[in-house]
Amino acid sequence: MSDGLLELSGVTRSFGALTAVDGVDLSVPVGARHALIGPNGAGKSTLFKLVTGSMPVSSGTVAFDGSDVTRLSEPARARRGISQTLQHSSLFLSQTVERNVLMAAQRRPGGSRHSLLPRRQRAARDRVHELLTDVGLAGRSHALVSALSHGERRQLEVAVALACEPRLLLLDEPAAGMSPAESARLVGLLKALPDTVTLVIVEHDLDVVFALATSVTVLHLGKLLLTGTPDEVRASSAVQEAYLGTGREALFLDGPASLDVSRPGMEVG
Amino acid sequence: MSATAHPTTDVPPSTGSTAVPASPPSSSRRRGLLGALPPAVVLVVLAFVPFFLAEDPTNILTRILVFGLFAVSLDLLVGITGLPSLGHAAYFGVGAYTAALVADHWTPSAPTPVLMAAAAGAVAAVLTGWLAVRSHGVFFLMLTLAIGEITSQLALQLDDVTGGSNGMSVPSVRFGSEPFDADFRIAYTYWYVLVVFVIAFAAMWLIARSPFGLALRGIRDNEGRMRSLGYTPFRYKYVAYVLAGGFAGLAGGLFAQVNRLVSPVDAGFALSAITLLALVLGGAGTLWGPVLGMAVVVIVRDYYGPDLNGHGPLVLGIVFVIAVYVLPRGFAGIAGLLRTPRRRRDRSIVPGEERAA
Repeated sequence: MSDGLLELSGVTRSFGALTAVDGVDLSVPVGARHALIGPNGAGKSTLFKLVTGSMPVSSGTVAFDGSDVTRLSEPARARRGISQTLQHSSLFLSQTVERNVLMAAQRRPGGSRHSLLPRRQRAARDRVHELLTDVGLAGRSHALVSALSHGERRQLEVAVALACEPRLLLLDEPAAGMSPAESARLVGLLKALPDTVTLVIVEHDLDVVFALATSVTVLHLGKLLLTGTPDEVRASSAVQEAYLGTGREALFLDGPASLDVSRPGMEVG
Repeated sequence: MSATAHPTTDVPPSTGSTAVPASPPSSSRRRGLLGALPPAVVLVVLAFVPFFLAEDPTNILTRILVFGLFAVSLDLLVGITGLPSLGHAAYFGVGAYTAALVADHWTPSAPTPVLMAAAAGAVAAVLTGWLAVRSHGVFFLMLTLAIGEITSQLALQLDDVTGGSNGMSVPSVRFGSEPFDADFRIAYTYWYVLVVFVIAFAAMWLIARSPFGLALRGIRDNEGRMRSLGYTPFRYKYVAYVLAGGFAGLAGGLFAQVNRLVSPVDAGFALSAITLLALVLGGAGTLWGPVLGMAVVVIVRDYYGPDLNGHGPLVLGIVFVIAVYVLPRGFAGIAGLLRTPRRRRDRSIVPGEERAA
């Protein structure tokens, strides 16, 4: 086994006759900024679920940090440092913004996790405040999540995911529904993350992808089409073919054409 | 996702929110002190009740505290953890019978019977919760219903130990070897119950406010998300179930000592159901709301009940229907409305509006 933080070999998931993810081999080294792209239905979100463990694999193995985690439950994998944001915001709507992040921040690896004394929570609270400031929600910490706008909820998702102190952070369309200003802020935040956090990002907004990623994997119909640097992927004819018919081949071209269609990736993936 | 259709509507909040400073810690501390005032006043008034209330109302208040404690333990399960149990009275019954047996065969001296009752309730919850907590939704309802029915059936069948349908009589509360002085028995019993109630309520309040309590609320709201944050929901729910069982046992022990008669009815479905009603009436998830809900239930059932020629349940039914329409979030909902407009501002759907206000 090589030295990748995340090693997928022959990972397959089928739903009846449909094979959503088909024999994917992937190695993500420590500190990578890896993007996963592909047309709708390519199996990106399913692949994420197989990595986090919220869905069992049909066959194949998932290895994290050198050990096989295929049989581990989702919470056990999360405790090892796999964190995620979901494509559809999944937050605690009846709680305040601060408590949403606290929920993740209070569960530290090792250490005493639960104390009845509020005083002990100060460290966790400080951390929550730092994170909320980073994502730009510091002024909203006492607002209920149900009162947040869609863009704010996406920002909060990121804060919650970071509060887990992940070693591997899976971002499923973090910029979906964000305004250009918000997604620029998100890119800045993600770029500023230390190398100890490895990023795997699924994103339709290719501006975000190419701004962040150092390597890109293209999925098509559940199969791995290509892995390479952003430039290689941009140049690949196979990739352009996969996108043909969805009207997105223009995204790979430099120039003004990409501006017109820079947001059609908004439909449900 | 529908919201993705409006990618640009939420620009203002992100750019504006960073400029708004977080509220200074001093104001939250002041609010904490002000918040401690109502409970302190209530506590002082409750402590002096036997001096200005007649014996009958004092008796009723004692029963309210006993059943209120039970309602709070159920709220820990239903309101905080999101596990609607139909058989919580099982642990109340286990506690009541344990206290009765301890008082009968060992010592009626407080607080041994109630402590043993709490332990027995917790042990019963350890044994039964393992199965119940693994189930979800309707299956959880059915399993807890079964646990409750089996417990009251056991109390009926094991008549060598429990006295069967005749129930068990319990020696009155005492400290040391002497029973309470007959003239002040009601007042002393009341104070004893009040002390146990306050300690147990404070303990549950702390649990609900602790990080553990926050995790329980998280599981109630979004179990899947908690799993992805690295929590194992089963463990948390199991611990919550055992804690709730222990406090229910404690309430049952108090009941045995106050009522001085324990019968299979006290572990039955009727008590579980009426306590759920108290939760709805008072506002589940607030801990103090269910105590008020239980107060209404006990007053209607036990105080006015004899005058109503057995129509107490009918009155309760009407109260319940009205409450569901008028107070969708129970008595606690009224307190929510009285709070400063700050809360409602936070609820504003349009984020830009509240800064303008």
